[in-house]
Amino acid sequence: MKLRYFAWVRERVGKPEEDLDVPADVKTIAELMGWLAGRGEEYAYAFDNPKVIRAAVDRTHVKPETTIAGAREIAFFPPMTGG
Amino acid sequence: MITTIRLQREPFDAAAESARLSKGRSDVGAVVTFTGICRGDEAGAPIAALTLEHYPGMAEAEIERHVAEAGQRWPLLGATVIHRYGRIGPGEDIVLVVTASSHRQAAFAAAEFLMDYLKTRAPFWKQVERADGTNWVEAKGSDDAAADRWTRRDREAAE
Repeated sequence: MKLRYFAWVRERVGKPEEDLDVPADVKTIAELMGWLAGRGEEYAYAFDNPKVIRAAVDRTHVKPETTIAGAREIAFFPPMTGG
Repeated sequence: MITTIRLQREPFDAAAESARLSKGRSDVGAVVTFTGICRGDEAGAPIAALTLEHYPGMAEAEIERHVAEAGQRWPLLGATVIHRYGRIGPGEDIVLVVTASSHRQAAFAAAEFLMDYLKTRAPFWKQVERADGTNWVEAKGSDDAAADRWTRRDREAAE
């Protein structure tokens, strides 16, 4: 599964993207954030406050309870400031 | 509805893009053009530049979705959205929204709708550069409230 990070999430994780094998028991976006937070200090720092992190699955905005099965690309980022 | 959606580093020509939506047509009676500009200050202090990061692929897809929704909600004849990314200086244009319709109500409402959604749902992130460092701009609650208005109006209209 490809994971992408943007803005300060990217800065804290230390990379813009990576390919990871996510365990089958990690079922939702919220669970994925929790799993990622356990991967190391930089991840814990990035996902320290999951409530402010937004997610997209295959380039569509999703809620934390969305299941990730079958997703090809999941992105995590702060609230957007475009426009 | 003829739509143009572009992401680019380079500045755009708002007048030319606006003219394109009515050129050669006899049915367009209203064109609304909105330009978002980089201000010289943020949170009360001067800035050197704004840098916009974006999610290539998703940014275009999100803007397309919202332009399509605008076309469903209002009788638009044309819509153009151009959003820059990269390093942008004070006084420079950031974003362009142009809407065209037979009458003004649709053009005004659709332009406002598109801007409210661009502010909250389009995957761009701004960084402010000052002499003493660089900081990420924080999303504003007022922008979310503005976008939410369009959902409430839906519900109210349905009742």
